[in-house]
Amino acid sequence: MNTLLQVRELTTRFHTPEGTVFAVNGVSFDLGEGETLAVVGESGCGKSVTMLSIMGLIPKPPGEIPKGEALYIKRDLLKLSDAEMQHIRGKEIAMIFQDPMTSLNPVLSIGRQITESLRTHLGIDQKAANQRAVELLEQVGISEAARRLADFPHQFSGGMRQRVMIAMALACVPNLLIADEPTTALDVTIQAQIIELVIQLREQLGMAMIWITHDLGVVAGLAERVTVMYAGYIVEEASVDDLYDDPRHPYTLALLAALPRVDLRRERRLKSIPGAPPSLLVEPKGCPFAPRCEYVREICRKENPVLTPVAARHKIACWVDINSGDLR
Amino acid sequence: MNQANRTLVRVENLRKYFPIRRGIIIERQVGAVRAVDGVSFTIERGETLGLVGESGCGKTTVGRTILGLYPATQGQVYIDGQPVFGAKSRDMLVIRRKAQMIFQDPYASLNPRWTVDAIVSEPLRVHQLIKDPKMRSERVVELLNLVGLSGRLVNRFPHEFSGGQRQRIGIARALASDPLFVVCDEPISALDVSIQAQVVNLMEDLQDKFNLTYLFIAHDLSMVRHICDRVAVMYLGVIVELASRNELYENPLHPYTRALLSAVPIPDPKKDRHRSRVILRGDVPSPISPPSGCRFHPRCPIAKEHCARLVPDWREISPNHWVACHEA
Repeated sequence: MNTLLQVRELTTRFHTPEGTVFAVNGVSFDLGEGETLAVVGESGCGKSVTMLSIMGLIPKPPGEIPKGEALYIKRDLLKLSDAEMQHIRGKEIAMIFQDPMTSLNPVLSIGRQITESLRTHLGIDQKAANQRAVELLEQVGISEAARRLADFPHQFSGGMRQRVMIAMALACVPNLLIADEPTTALDVTIQAQIIELVIQLREQLGMAMIWITHDLGVVAGLAERVTVMYAGYIVEEASVDDLYDDPRHPYTLALLAALPRVDLRRERRLKSIPGAPPSLLVEPKGCPFAPRCEYVREICRKENPVLTPVAARHKIACWVDINSGDLR
Repeated sequence: MNQANRTLVRVENLRKYFPIRRGIIIERQVGAVRAVDGVSFTIERGETLGLVGESGCGKTTVGRTILGLYPATQGQVYIDGQPVFGAKSRDMLVIRRKAQMIFQDPYASLNPRWTVDAIVSEPLRVHQLIKDPKMRSERVVELLNLVGLSGRLVNRFPHEFSGGQRQRIGIARALASDPLFVVCDEPISALDVSIQAQVVNLMEDLQDKFNLTYLFIAHDLSMVRHICDRVAVMYLGVIVELASRNELYENPLHPYTRALLSAVPIPDPKKDRHRSRVILRGDVPSPISPPSGCRFHPRCPIAKEHCARLVPDWREISPNHWVACHEA
């Protein structure tokens, strides 16, 4: 599998009146062509900021990317000019967001919004663009697509709006689709529809995907590889089977133990993680999870462990081997 | 205790329609949103009843109407033997003391201009439970300790707290009047996974300690299985199935319950791959003009011709397992 995207030591900060927010603190990962990677973490872990940084969508100021690179087919996305980035965004790398109502323009018809990117990136005329828009809407399962081109976003339900967003993202057949919690605002039965659609389109188009989510359940059925983020760091990276069968980072382990299961009888109380994630306004020192970690050792508070392999294609950033309880 | 005494909450054929009005000078009613359209159930003392369903199914309206926050269009609710609708204002005050509510959004449900002390002591003042200000402050500290917050925080404002802490403040306020019954409307859905487990465990501890009765309204079916003794499934204003937790999750009879359960992602990739999924087509119809017969028939994978004509009876298929479906 060829590497499509190679992110190294990505660091993003925001300078705010309250102080500097250390949002992403040296994140590195690879993504192969046609591969689906899930990025999992709770609010404020830096999962969205990582992707927005890669896409060149961080406003500067207050944002700043002091370090890192994001190599996309040998080009560093972080060094491209706005004009060059415009070319890639929407055409080669597309993004869909959590809330389809706020990411669609309420005063433009759906047809106008889809054809806009077709005309910008492919340089085709309005008639051809309309025809392509109808095909796209049909592809994402919107019936009577030709008639609905003239409709406005408020005339669609939440699930239908997300379908429109997906149609727009797929308009130029991207190599990579970045999906930022696209099903979080939807009901479970609609979420299941959208996931089914995305899996089917992924196979048809052979595109790579990065799926950002807080839901470890959604990941299980969708991704090939998973990275878990905490306080701006990747703390674990593994294949989807390894991550659930054999989690090695105390945070991943704790997250899985905190989840109730729809498919199993209740055996015990949920295991909660004490405390709360650290403030991002404090420059990180030591392992960010140390204050909440039940395996914590002296060294954890002093030095932050780097992401290193524990097995083939399985990395963690932790000083401790949770199976033995000893230092690694 | 006899049967009547064991039951704390009895809901009888509850209907709540919201009128749709047109016209500016001469306003007339042109229709109604039938948010709750004939719902009956009971909740026993010390029990947790789950009420699940997707957005717009009427579950929140049921919770609010039960507490008399909305006047019912039809039907009656008894809390600890007292009727809620038609109650004199003095009796209503007693009901309000006995029945409290925890809201979904810990950001919107606390007054941003009030201190924690003012928020938590409000029920004590309204119901004149503790008239002496000094004793009232002591009680507030006691309540905060009960929900795992430090008594030193009484003079802080809501914005100084995290989401999980705010939800704890909301719980402390709900408990201030020593209620018997608490309606919990999506109390954890705005919180991160690691914090959800903390709040759920707290709610369980408090239930044990004070023998509280909960109506737990949620769309997270995994959490509902974990926390509830019995579960009712709502669709478009009616309850379609009601059973004990394991019975409902292991032997769902209504096609909607089956679809709902099969759509919940399982955090176990191997198991998730081998599940059979029922993917529902389309969206939930409008509650302004719900479908004839069985409301689920236009989306039902097993609907027969008579399902469009006849409203299914509410039947007890096996002991304590109720369902409204012709084909179950």
